[in-house]
Amino acid sequence: MGKIQLTKVRKSFGEVDVIPGIDLTIENGEFVVFVGPSGCGKSTLLRLIAGLEDTTSGVIDIDGKDATNLPPAKRGLAMVFQSYALYPHMTVRKNIAFPLKMAGMDQAEQDKRVERAAKVLNLSNYLDRRPGQLSGGQRQRVAIGRAIVREPAAFLFDEPLSNLDAALRVGMRQEISELHQSLKTTMIYVTHDQVEAMTMADKIVVLNAGRIEQVGAPLELYNHPKNLFVAGFIGSPKMNLIEGAEAAKHNAHSIGVRPEHISVGDGPWEGVVGLSEHLGSDSFLKVSVEGIGTLTVRAPGEVNAHHGDRIRLAPAGKIHRFDANGLAI
Amino acid sequence: MSTQSSRLAARAMVAPSVVLLLIWMIVPLAMTLYYSFRFYRLLSPDRTGWVGFTNYLWFFNSPDFWLALFNTLALVGGVLIITVVLGILIALLIDQPVKGQGYLRILVIAPFFVMPPVAASIWENLFMHPQNGLFSAIARGFGAQPILFLEQYPMWSVIGIVSWEWLPFATLILLTALQSLSSEQLEAAEMDGASAFSRFRYIILPHMTRAITVVILIQTIFLLGIFGEIFTTTQGGPGSASTTLPYMIFKQAIAAKDIGRAAAGGIIAVILANIVAYFLMRGLGRNLEN
Repeated sequence: MGKIQLTKVRKSFGEVDVIPGIDLTIENGEFVVFVGPSGCGKSTLLRLIAGLEDTTSGVIDIDGKDATNLPPAKRGLAMVFQSYALYPHMTVRKNIAFPLKMAGMDQAEQDKRVERAAKVLNLSNYLDRRPGQLSGGQRQRVAIGRAIVREPAAFLFDEPLSNLDAALRVGMRQEISELHQSLKTTMIYVTHDQVEAMTMADKIVVLNAGRIEQVGAPLELYNHPKNLFVAGFIGSPKMNLIEGAEAAKHNAHSIGVRPEHISVGDGPWEGVVGLSEHLGSDSFLKVSVEGIGTLTVRAPGEVNAHHGDRIRLAPAGKIHRFDANGLAI
Repeated sequence: MSTQSSRLAARAMVAPSVVLLLIWMIVPLAMTLYYSFRFYRLLSPDRTGWVGFTNYLWFFNSPDFWLALFNTLALVGGVLIITVVLGILIALLIDQPVKGQGYLRILVIAPFFVMPPVAASIWENLFMHPQNGLFSAIARGFGAQPILFLEQYPMWSVIGIVSWEWLPFATLILLTALQSLSSEQLEAAEMDGASAFSRFRYIILPHMTRAITVVILIQTIFLLGIFGEIFTTTQGGPGSASTTLPYMIFKQAIAAKDIGRAAAGGIIAVILANIVAYFLMRGLGRNLEN
């Protein structure tokens, strides 16, 4: 149930290779997040798995069966779209029951499953409303409800939270994580937001220009980025990348130091604070250091540095080293 | 823009055109109503008498009237069914991505630009003509007798010609509705296991109801008054087989030169249009709400 294997999957639109060839295994019950900048091919990859796009070449196996040429409905996958794609003229009940109705399930079983899904998703009071009368978060839940009633082998989420406001996003993020823990079904989740990726995933797949840069658990990517792209993409604020003489001291073409791995007070680097953001718990400082460039520093909240102050910094923690090709040493 | 003075100014500025439109409507209606109760024949010097409901009774007692009433409704209903059904099918077809889509759409829309008497003449002389027409040539090709469309099936012929003229309009409106359907909804339905027919039945058709309603309402308004096509082809014949209410009024006014009767017919037509509008709005009006 729910193991998906991609072998040399390639997709090109005309002359353009959007995905030049991907090998990836998604284990049963895993929460996998595809993350990458916009245009990296992560949505296309999801649509290939869903069957909404044809693969140019390669094989997609679902549960050990070749599903490369199966129509979407036959793959046993359910998808939640970015725009939710609810059917506006149907009530919430009919929306959720639609896949069951299409499968020709009898009415009693349909009602039972809809009620159960509504209960899980706190939608019981809204079953007779139409999507237009619901808030963004509720629509999102209806879309998830429509996916779970089918009891699919795997769920596919295409940037499901990008239309919600920040507070709701955090809430829905937790709900989806909890849903995964209770259903234990394979989930593939596409996002450009690395915070979503870090918080939700069992396994993150970092994509760039249609290629997989690195696959691994969230903390593995954070602690051991394989290359400069992953180092820069995972972590917020971004890792400081330093080239030149300072990097040469560490026998590397460039080095990376995370903002949280720089201490303020004493140290070899001296610079002027350009911008300081005090959040209470943390203070983010942008410090321009001579011979190195601008460093972002994540200091404890009590550090009281302001624009124009001269401060000294020291690396305190892991220094990531990269060679001339951008690969980690 | 909703302070008291701005609302007042808005009303004052709109008022002249509203008043003008009102006069434009009221005066002809009142005059028609006036003449419908008068004895007023252009060929008779005596034009003074009030005749009560005589003009109306003439219509109700004429067997042609009930046929004309039926023909009018058959024309409206027949053209609506043909244009909506074919319009949906053609819209679905030309919504598919093909090469030369732009030209294809212009071709489909072209009949709408042909003026009604011209369209009717084209059909009469190039398609339905028993000697020169395309249809008779095809029939002869199969060794069959040419069908005399305008003699044997006059009302069907008129319905066919008018449908051809109005099909582009329906197609155009329905095509724009189709294009506003989000592709994610269709993809979601596909993932949900809906077949092509189910997607049409449960997603596309409900999405198009509003556009279909608009097509029906607008076309009804124009189809109730169809005249040119009948005048150029069948002249209401053979006998009265293809006479509609507007054509009957025309015959009274221009052929019989009886303005009183024609006015009475006009009032009956207005009442008929209102009855049709009432039932249409009751049946379809809620589709226009959000």
